[in-house]
Amino acid sequence: MATAAIAHNPVTFWDRVWVWLTTVDHKRIGILYGVTAFLFFLLGGTEALFMRLQLMRPEQNMIPPETFNQLFSMHGTTMIFLAIMPLSAAFFNLIIPLQIGARDVAFPRLNAFSYWTFLAGGIMLNTSWFLGGALNAGWFAYSPLTGLTFNPGHGVDFWAISLILLGIASTAAGLNFIVTIVNMRAPGMTLTRMPVFVWMTLVVSFLIVTAFPVITVALIELAFDRAFGFNFFNVTAGSNPILWQHLFWVFGHPEVYILILPAMGIVSEVLPTFARKPLFGYMFIVFSGISIGIMGWMVWAHHMFTVGMGPVANTMFTLTTITIAVPTGVKIFNWIGTLWGGSIEYKTAMLFAVGFIAMFIIGGLSGLMHAVSPSDAQQQDTYFIVAHIHYVLFGGSILGIFAGIYYWFPKATGRLLGEGMGKLHFWLTFVGFNLTFMPMHFLGLDGMPRRQSTYAADMGWNLWNMVETIGVFILLASLLVFLYNFFRSGRSGQQAGADPWDARTLEWAIPSPPPEHNFDTIPQVHGRDAFWEQKHPHAVPVPAGGANGQLHPAEHHGAGHEPIHMPNPSYWPLLVSVGLCIAGYGLIYITHRSPGAFGLNLGGLAAIVVGVAFAAISTFGWYKQPAAGSEH
Amino acid sequence: MAQAAHAGHAPEHPTSTGLDNRKLLMWIFLGSDCLFFGSLIATYLINYGKSLVGPYPHEILDIPVTSVSTFVLLLSSFMFVLSLAAHTKGDYRAFRVWVLCTVVLGCTFLGFQVFEFQQFVHEGLTPRTNLFGTTFFTLTGFHGAHVTIGVVWLLSLFFLSLRGKLGPDKNLSVDIAGLYWHFVDVVWIVIFTVIYLSGVVAGAKAAGG
Amino acid sequence: MTQHHAETPLAAAHTPSERWREKAHPGPATYAKAAVSLIFLTGVEVVIFYIDPLRSIVIPLFFILSIIKFALVAMFYMHLRYDARLFSWFFVGGILLATSVIVGLIALFKTIFV
Repeated sequence: MATAAIAHNPVTFWDRVWVWLTTVDHKRIGILYGVTAFLFFLLGGTEALFMRLQLMRPEQNMIPPETFNQLFSMHGTTMIFLAIMPLSAAFFNLIIPLQIGARDVAFPRLNAFSYWTFLAGGIMLNTSWFLGGALNAGWFAYSPLTGLTFNPGHGVDFWAISLILLGIASTAAGLNFIVTIVNMRAPGMTLTRMPVFVWMTLVVSFLIVTAFPVITVALIELAFDRAFGFNFFNVTAGSNPILWQHLFWVFGHPEVYILILPAMGIVSEVLPTFARKPLFGYMFIVFSGISIGIMGWMVWAHHMFTVGMGPVANTMFTLTTITIAVPTGVKIFNWIGTLWGGSIEYKTAMLFAVGFIAMFIIGGLSGLMHAVSPSDAQQQDTYFIVAHIHYVLFGGSILGIFAGIYYWFPKATGRLLGEGMGKLHFWLTFVGFNLTFMPMHFLGLDGMPRRQSTYAADMGWNLWNMVETIGVFILLASLLVFLYNFFRSGRSGQQAGADPWDARTLEWAIPSPPPEHNFDTIPQVHGRDAFWEQKHPHAVPVPAGGANGQLHPAEHHGAGHEPIHMPNPSYWPLLVSVGLCIAGYGLIYITHRSPGAFGLNLGGLAAIVVGVAFAAISTFGWYKQPAAGSEH
Repeated sequence: MAQAAHAGHAPEHPTSTGLDNRKLLMWIFLGSDCLFFGSLIATYLINYGKSLVGPYPHEILDIPVTSVSTFVLLLSSFMFVLSLAAHTKGDYRAFRVWVLCTVVLGCTFLGFQVFEFQQFVHEGLTPRTNLFGTTFFTLTGFHGAHVTIGVVWLLSLFFLSLRGKLGPDKNLSVDIAGLYWHFVDVVWIVIFTVIYLSGVVAGAKAAGG
Repeated sequence: MTQHHAETPLAAAHTPSERWREKAHPGPATYAKAAVSLIFLTGVEVVIFYIDPLRSIVIPLFFILSIIKFALVAMFYMHLRYDARLFSWFFVGGILLATSVIVGLIALFKTIFV
């Protein structure tokens, strides 16, 4: 078929564009996710920069409150849904099939669909800036502020519908990765022989597919209230708007574990490699990850301690929240145990991984302080919470993700990122980050409220706010260093070879960058750290693990040619995403509305009909295209 | 590693569990969809009894009519079970007959829903009227949307079979469609019990009936 | 050890696997019995709805009956009873989580059919 022919022999620039538009290769999709997410990360950072410019001095009116509200709302939404989650997805895509010895994910076209729908949602969300204003009610969008009475414009609708699209993308990806990890492991790779990154991805995927339906329902309820005058959050009809907060945080708390567990998985891969030691306490780390995933469902109302749930509810959620610190602590001790006695090599990836541990401990400690509900009564809605959030999400997730970038960039591109620039990037990040967010602890406890565009000059907060803004500029410098390193190394960096780090897991057993089919022959796995065992057979005792405990003698599989079937590229996933995007815009504009009056907007209705029809027809096209691909 | 084929479907390619990827996908999706309907049901239950104005559930829900539509949907599940059994045996004509029966019953159910919605609007209950209207129409509306998607899916199977494109190698596709259809039925069992039966009893009690 | 595609004819595909404690799929008689049970149970629900003396305990009865119906459809029509246990874990997991969310929210709002 023409698409496949072009894919294997792209000639013109447009051929190359077509290859990327129709790719179903997990490695390319991973790169698409990574690049797109990083651009959104820069966008979210710009939104933060503007806020910090406004807050640099007291009583400034450089950015008026109405704009400031949109900045912090979009900064949070962008960083969480358009930066951290898709950056994690980039690693899931690039690495998971390689680490389990597979040729691709279980459903390659569904994988592509997830990426295009994410892109559609991200673009849709940000068009709100130009189409009447963005969300201004905080990234968690509490009711009744998000109702028509207080928010007649379309910013909230853009947010709600975009998030529904993003949820569809994430849920599809979650389903895909669960099936991939459960069902497509190489022979001999039992669950307890999987790398920890694979385990964390599995837990995160379960969290995604169970938590996103809850917020999808909340968003539908909000959207229907605003578009059609339903009463879900209508106080005058007798509704309790706290319902929004509950539904949001029932999703929202598992969501923060979705944000941190991938980075924890990355760190669990990087530490053993650069400490030249196996991961300490593998089973403890795995079970802690699973516990965190399960217990994450029991703590959500700690985001609502000041809402008036009553002492019984507050106490119960305090207890559950304190308890969830235990498995987190277990992981940290096991990472330290991995470093202990190791022969540590401070490559940039390792610096970021160790930085992750240190910063995440700080973030976790402030989190523990919030867990105690009377203390939280003081801390809620102050910069103390902002400090906690950023220590765990930036000091945690982002540092972990950078560790992953330095670690796996050579695998994806065949070149090493420059170490000198890398170390400069790390230290600028470390200094800038702490300068920006450490003072927020003090300001918060001193009472500086969050989400306010300015503060009085005589509160005693001026110095720290200035320091924080300086910190942001240092972070900006760090990002410029990174980008320079990224582009220069991509073009002319040192050749990496298959295994530049002398690492332990299967992705390093194949060339860098990997061929389309990943493995010439699917490996037979005999234990944990499967590649290490291949390199140093019987040199280090490897726990047999799992049900299949015998050691197999070295075997040669599929000698000669077992036929390798790679899936064909396809444009159907992209087309379905386009259809959903059109329908989404229609839903945003479906009615002319004001509280009490709702007139159908024919343009919006038309967009819904066209979009749904387009998506449905494309789905049929998708079904008709055979899943199995051409032989190599 | 290739496992012994399990009851019903050998996966096309060897898998770690011996189970087919697509069947695994459908079951996880159904687990996920439980959370979707669970949230809608939670919203309904939390708002139950809080409407400031009528119509109230016990005044307007029609148990006899809804009982019939519940029977219809249950029967449709049975029809589909028969269609899958026919397809497995290789009797494709019987398969098409039973699938068509399923579709007809599914459409009948949807007809009942439409009728009920129209009745309610006529009697003064819209999604805008009160909390009951909002939560009721949204929950049953999304269930109806799921049924509609199921009907389209089953009709597609019917037409594929007519064109000879649904042979024995596609038995899994039929199985998976059935899982979705039965799930939709099972959700209705919950809705019928919680919203209709319990709702009317509790409402009547609260009203002193 | 070579890997081979499992190209088994449909008859052999019915071989249940020990690993997942699978059983062979039932025949139409079992399905018919399930169908009759479901219709019967629904009938019982409708009947007890109209029995006034039972009003005070009827809601718990509805719940019990509907759980039985749910289980019948899941075990027989969706053949969870005969298929790999893994499917049951995924589905039951989702159901338990959904139920917990519902129960948790009801407890927090201190309301149940009030």
